[in-house]
Amino acid sequence: MSLLWAAEWLAGTPGSIALHESQYMYTIVESVHVLTLCLFMGFAVLFDLRLLNKAFTQVPVSEFSRRILPWTVGGFVIMVITGAALFYAIPVRTYLSIWFRFKLVFLALAGLNVLIFHTGIGARVAEWDLAAVTPRAARRAAVASLVLWALIIVFGRFIAYNWFDCDIQPQSSFVNVVAGCVVPPAKP
Amino acid sequence: MLLPYFQWCESSWLGQLIPNSLWMFPVVEAVHLLGLAVIGGAVLVVDLRLLGLGLRNRPVSEMAREAQPYLIGSLIVMISTGVPLFFSEAIKCYYSDAFWVKMPALALAILFTFTIRRWVTRAEAGRYAPTSQMAVGAISLMLWSTVGMAGRWIGFS
Repeated sequence: MSLLWAAEWLAGTPGSIALHESQYMYTIVESVHVLTLCLFMGFAVLFDLRLLNKAFTQVPVSEFSRRILPWTVGGFVIMVITGAALFYAIPVRTYLSIWFRFKLVFLALAGLNVLIFHTGIGARVAEWDLAAVTPRAARRAAVASLVLWALIIVFGRFIAYNWFDCDIQPQSSFVNVVAGCVVPPAKP
Repeated sequence: MLLPYFQWCESSWLGQLIPNSLWMFPVVEAVHLLGLAVIGGAVLVVDLRLLGLGLRNRPVSEMAREAQPYLIGSLIVMISTGVPLFFSEAIKCYYSDAFWVKMPALALAILFTFTIRRWVTRAEAGRYAPTSQMAVGAISLMLWSTVGMAGRWIGFS
C-alpha cells in the first residue's frame, strides 16, 4: 500500500467524484481558498512588517499579536479546510504534482519558522515589546516568513498548470523522481 | 460597441507579450496574487478597526496612516500586473460577465477608499459616530470583496 494507492482510492470515493464533477462547488471552494489569502496572508504580512519595524511601530508587538493573530489563525483554518477539499477533489494529479510537493515542503518550513519564533524570541516578547529596533531573531523570523509564504502562494498557483504533469512525457528525470511519476520503461 | 477597443488591446504589443510565452501568464498572475495578499491585509486591518474589531484599542487614524503605504504599494502592483493580464485576454474579458462586475466595482472601491473612507479614517477621534465608522468599514469590505470574487471568477469563464 502506497500513498499513490491511497490517492487513487480517494479519487474513487463518491464525495471526491461529486466535488470534481460539480458545476459550482469546486469553483466556490477554490475562490474561498484564494480570497482567504487576504485574511491569512495579509495579516501574516502585517505582523512580519511589525516585526521588521516597518509598520505599526507604536503598537506593542504583544498587543498586535493578541488582536491580529486570532484572525490569522481563523484564516489559516479556512485555508486548510478548503485546501484539503481541493486535494480531495483531484487527489491523484495533485499528489503527483511537483508544485504541490514543493508547497507541502515549504508549508512545513513555514510551520517550523512559526514554532521557532513562538517558542524562542516570541516567548520573551515582554522584553522587547516596544523596542525601537526589534531583536535580530525576530527580524530573521519575519524575513523567513515573508519569503516562505510568498513561495507557497506561487507554488500553489502553479499547481493549476500542467508543465510538469506526469502524463506529459518526456520530463527530466528530476521532475519524474520528485513528482513521483510512474514512467513506463522506454521502448528498446 | 466597445469590442474593437478590446480587440485592439489584445493585438497590441502588450497583449501579445504574454501569450507568446509559456511562463509569462502564470508568473504575472502569481505576482498579482502576492499583491492580493498585501492589499487584503492593508484594507482589512483598517476596515476591521472601523467595525470595532482587530486592533480596537488603537485610533482609527493610526491604523489608516500605517496601512496607507502598503495599500498604495500593493494597489500599484495589482494594477501593473492586472493591466498586462487583461491585455493578453481582452476579448475573453469582453465576453465575461465577471469582468464587467469587477471593473465598476474596482472603480467604486478606489473612489470610495480615497474619498469618504479617507476622510473618515483621517479625522480626529470622535469626529464621526461609531455607527458611521462601521458603515464605512462595511461598505469598503463589500466593495473590495466584490472586486476579489469577480476577479477570481474571470478565470472560470
